[in-house]
Amino acid sequence: MSTTSNAPRTALSGWGRTAPSVATLVPAGTDEDVRRAVLGAGDRGVLARGLARSYGDSAQNGGGTVLDMTAAARVLSIDTTTGLVSAEAGVSLDTLVRVLLPLGLFVPVLPGTRQVTLGGAIAADIHGKNHHVKGSFGNHVVSLDLMTADGQVRTLTPEGAPRLFWATVGGMGLTGVVLRATVRAVPVETAYFSVDTERATDLDDLMARLQADDDQYTYSVAWIDLVAKGSSTGRAVLTRGWSARRDQLPKKLVDKPYHFAPRSLFTAPDVFPSGLLNRATITAFNEAYYRRAPKEQRGAIQSIGQFFHPLDIAKDWNRVYGRRGFLQYQFVVPFGQEDAMRRAVARLSQAGTASFLAVLKRFGPGNEGFLSFPTPGWTLALDIPVGAGLGKLLDELDELVVEAGGRLYLAKDSRATAATLHQMYPRVDEWRAVRDEVDPQRVFTSDQAKRLDL
Amino acid sequence: MDAVGDVQRVLLLGGTSEIGLAVVRRLAGERKVAVVLAGRPTPRLDETAQELRGEGHAVEVVGFDGTDRASWAPAVESSFSGGDVDVAVVAFGALGDAERDWQDAAAAADLVTVNTTAPVALGVDVAARFRRQGHGAFVVLSSVAGERPRRSNFAYGATKAGLDAFFTGLREALRPEGIRVLVVRPGFVRTKMTEGLSAAPLAVDAAAVAEAAVTGLRGGRETVWVPGAMRYVMSILRHVPSAIFRRLPI
Repeated sequence: MSTTSNAPRTALSGWGRTAPSVATLVPAGTDEDVRRAVLGAGDRGVLARGLARSYGDSAQNGGGTVLDMTAAARVLSIDTTTGLVSAEAGVSLDTLVRVLLPLGLFVPVLPGTRQVTLGGAIAADIHGKNHHVKGSFGNHVVSLDLMTADGQVRTLTPEGAPRLFWATVGGMGLTGVVLRATVRAVPVETAYFSVDTERATDLDDLMARLQADDDQYTYSVAWIDLVAKGSSTGRAVLTRGWSARRDQLPKKLVDKPYHFAPRSLFTAPDVFPSGLLNRATITAFNEAYYRRAPKEQRGAIQSIGQFFHPLDIAKDWNRVYGRRGFLQYQFVVPFGQEDAMRRAVARLSQAGTASFLAVLKRFGPGNEGFLSFPTPGWTLALDIPVGAGLGKLLDELDELVVEAGGRLYLAKDSRATAATLHQMYPRVDEWRAVRDEVDPQRVFTSDQAKRLDL
Repeated sequence: MDAVGDVQRVLLLGGTSEIGLAVVRRLAGERKVAVVLAGRPTPRLDETAQELRGEGHAVEVVGFDGTDRASWAPAVESSFSGGDVDVAVVAFGALGDAERDWQDAAAAADLVTVNTTAPVALGVDVAARFRRQGHGAFVVLSSVAGERPRRSNFAYGATKAGLDAFFTGLREALRPEGIRVLVVRPGFVRTKMTEGLSAAPLAVDAAAVAEAAVTGLRGGRETVWVPGAMRYVMSILRHVPSAIFRRLPI
């Protein structure tokens, strides 16, 4: 503790702004900064934190040390022939996108926000719209440097150290601190996407459409309406596409195929009352969203922002949920458990749990990450403002997900129990065995790790 | 405490307190949680622990006595030895004997020790633990009796006034540390402690206090009156001239 006693104690929360805890926040600009904090950790431990886009308490470590990894955010090398990119863990995917595009490269996996760090992307083994064909982030990591509890830096590759590598991918920062990584970027001809949009009338129609031809598309996701009543429950707008070829661009874009200049149009002020997003406003939003979407449209050219991140146009959009904050519930159920998905959707809709952002996606094969979330099946993610009775509803859904052989996404989780989580991740004991080899004292810990007994 | 206000581990100071137990059960909801029952080491405490275990909770029993100063610090120490505490419910106390407690010096001193000195001292140690773990919340059972002393039970009222003032101030001291203090001010609560007394107007039961406390905690409230109307009753009573106040049938 002596090394960090002068550093400020700061209340930290996740993107959902629920359940904050106070920790000593230490900027980690160099390996030496990290080593000092790791070796000087008190009994409350250490945790790396990136851009804090995990929704719950994954990047919090109450009473302990939290390393601000955004202090180390350099891109180290880019090989345009192989697409291999090396960067420090604190670099954001936003930066990588900006740096790579002019070179004709794109990040292999992009989630619903570009504001995540490379280290966080590995620790949560994030997925994007291309999971069904490209897998999750860890599939594209060629090597990573991990500082373990003994202060040593280990260079891990999936071939050279598969157990520790795959315990770290999806390991929520609990095996050590990812310092740097090399990932394989993918070649693109443009910064645009050719997008097909269609409407689905209900959940069954949606799943049928996704089953029919999803694999033809590189990117695929469906926005789904969980507040519409009766037979409209689960109606959806399906957007799927490919990286656009240069010959698909309209004339005005052809000269600047890699143009990418997203801006935040405004920052959401921190004044929203809890309850502003209620059933009435969200129902109106969902109705408008569904009506606005074309019934069917092929080959529309969209920018990265339009296609991937419609919400990032408002910086700090999480504030609109007000003081009590919100959470995101994301689960996956295996193929063959469509009925569990139907029941979950019905339960959420019937509970009147308003969500203006619910998405459904078809996952492809998972990887070897012990705690990696994606597994072949259907995943549903929804934002829910925190209110009375929510805990009980989600506990019921957890049960349904467990019975269906599904699981929750750790980067979104903020309220599950240890017992539930351990049922959902059958390889958690194997993961603990690997972690105990490199960190027997549990120097690396988080509020989430304590809550879920990881 | 997690995003929806569910708890993993709760400390009940006053392990057999009816209101305290109602708060703990309400906090747990339908989940199974870890409970540290701290209280006077009596058969009743062990029975209570068994009851909670029967409901599926994991229970640790920690002994302390509100009148035995030497037992306080070790009780906090062992309460936290098994892991972080999300919520500490301060619920022990004695009603005393209103007429004895203003005429018998030893009895008066004992009442102050149990109702004020002990919760304050235990609160100081729990607060230090909360600061160390970087999170935590107090639920403190105060009483409207502390808001304006009445002839009928002012010794008790005085002890609750001291308790209430301390934790209301502690809330501000702990605010920068992210630790919350909810002070609960019930009116007359029908429990075994008040058995035999004739219920005052706006009387409630322990479940109502628990519901108000837990809803308040989850909603970010810092002071709750039970029933809610008591807040307005008391804000009027506080300002009634004493010549009139002493004649009120309360």
